[in-house]
Amino acid sequence: MITLQWLYTLVGLMFAAYAVLSALDGGNRKRFGNAAFWGLMALSLLAGDYLGDLGNGLLVLGLAGLAGLGLIGRSAPPTTSDEARDGFAARHRNRLFLPALVIPATAMVGTLLWMWTPLGESGFIEAKRETYVFLGLGVILALGILFAWLRPPAIAPLQEGRRLIDSIGWAAVLPQMLAALGVLFAAAGVGDVIGGMTRTAIPDGSVFLTVAVFGIGMALFTMIMGNAFAAFPVMAAAVGVPLLVRGYGGDPAVIGAIGMLAGFCGTLMTPMAANFNIVPAALLELKDRNAVIKAQVGTALPLLAINILFIWWFAF
Amino acid sequence: MTEYLPLAGILIVVLGFALRLNPMLVVTAAAIATGLLAGMDLRRVLEVFGKAFNDNRIIAIVWVVLPVIGLLERFGLQQRAAAVIRGMKRATAGRLLILYLFYRQVISAIGLHSTAGHPQTVRPLVAPMAVAAAEKQAGPLDEKTDEKVKAYSAATDNVGLFFGEDIFFAIGSIVLIQQTLATYGYQLAPLELALWAIPTAIAAFLVHGARLMMLDRKLSSLPRSGGEGDHPKNGEGVGGEASAITPPPRFAGFPSPSKMGRNG
Repeated sequence: MITLQWLYTLVGLMFAAYAVLSALDGGNRKRFGNAAFWGLMALSLLAGDYLGDLGNGLLVLGLAGLAGLGLIGRSAPPTTSDEARDGFAARHRNRLFLPALVIPATAMVGTLLWMWTPLGESGFIEAKRETYVFLGLGVILALGILFAWLRPPAIAPLQEGRRLIDSIGWAAVLPQMLAALGVLFAAAGVGDVIGGMTRTAIPDGSVFLTVAVFGIGMALFTMIMGNAFAAFPVMAAAVGVPLLVRGYGGDPAVIGAIGMLAGFCGTLMTPMAANFNIVPAALLELKDRNAVIKAQVGTALPLLAINILFIWWFAF
Repeated sequence: MTEYLPLAGILIVVLGFALRLNPMLVVTAAAIATGLLAGMDLRRVLEVFGKAFNDNRIIAIVWVVLPVIGLLERFGLQQRAAAVIRGMKRATAGRLLILYLFYRQVISAIGLHSTAGHPQTVRPLVAPMAVAAAEKQAGPLDEKTDEKVKAYSAATDNVGLFFGEDIFFAIGSIVLIQQTLATYGYQLAPLELALWAIPTAIAAFLVHGARLMMLDRKLSSLPRSGGEGDHPKNGEGVGGEASAITPPPRFAGFPSPSKMGRNG
């Protein structure tokens, strides 16, 4: 059976190649820092399950130390000039989109086949991980097409991949760090404290204000945790179930479903949701790392108000 | 007072992000402080932190697409994407992003949310297309406008994903809602929960779509800077405009004070 570990191995080998290429990159003053950073990521992906919890903890300290002390930096792997790219674009025209579309198309067709045909019961692929497996397969297919068609140097995909990952830098690892921080927050009982504080903020006897505190609480706690999943059980326990459902007789389906979406409005407004808000800023090479959040606030706030109104209208 | 001690970690995060310290250090410091205040010893904190990091490796899988995306950039994909948009007379940044918003919501609603995303679609296609469209509207973009159009491209992906995916009943957040409410004795069908995601999905499309149309209005009202001579108004790009997507230095120290309030 193809499991998630196959993909970890594939991505791990990729990071290992970045580490080796970084170490060999004489043009980068911080080449050994980069090599160590991507090397640790490779180790985590290839052998994380064998390092033990403490080993993984030390690995994370290593990543944080390398990034925090400024020991990693951007590199300039060999690539084509803008003029050459204009030339390629003019020559190959829309055919260039095909390999780009192979990845989502493979992921899409594969996932649909697995969802709607008997293939899904074949057990070839770890359950619920089909899309990831087909994403990896799509990458391999697209690489095959590109090699057969454009014949780049054999090392080119790894050098181009390193160019991108170095431009993203530590932001590529931050989402995983934040997810781990969320686990520690939960273990320390942060949710109970926030839930208690939220309850004290609720005025008696007003359904609308209770709904508003629930929705705003979902958004705010999501902003703190970077993740609506962590906020939902806390807000459900503090306000949603005892007050809205049991106290005022609201429909639990509406309160649950739209309450979660109120939390998603918070996700749009926090740097803690790094994979949605900080990573793209790095990926698009924006100077302001909060630029994506700033573009989202104007959508998130009205939508939060609308979600609160929806709960009030539909649940009662 | 001591019951608020676990919140110290949150304070560290908020302060650290506000002071623009390196987030990797801030998060590590917050994790260690939170764990110690919760009564763990340092070794235990590292174990919990390390195990959670390892359990979340699935987040790293998406980087598998980078070699292909980089290779396609090497062969001019971004330039071609921009040229296609320049060839479309009626294309604007806002219209293009509204179309992408709709696409992103639909594929997320049918469970195909991982087939698009910032590395897969926004960097190679959506952002360069939106920038090319904006250049047709406003002429060569100054840096602030260029960053804004790119940021809106990323934002549109997020809005489409968040307010589409919950319509698909077999997704993590729906399962979580169902499980949480089940512990209180409320047995709900996932489909019932997914149905209630539809009103918000429509509202999200309308609100974000309206903001994208405002982005268009703002782009069209910008004074067309730069000489017309080196910048054809429409038609196939002859080249030379590729500079629109060359990277500025990343995370330079000064934040750009964009006034987002005017948009919403």
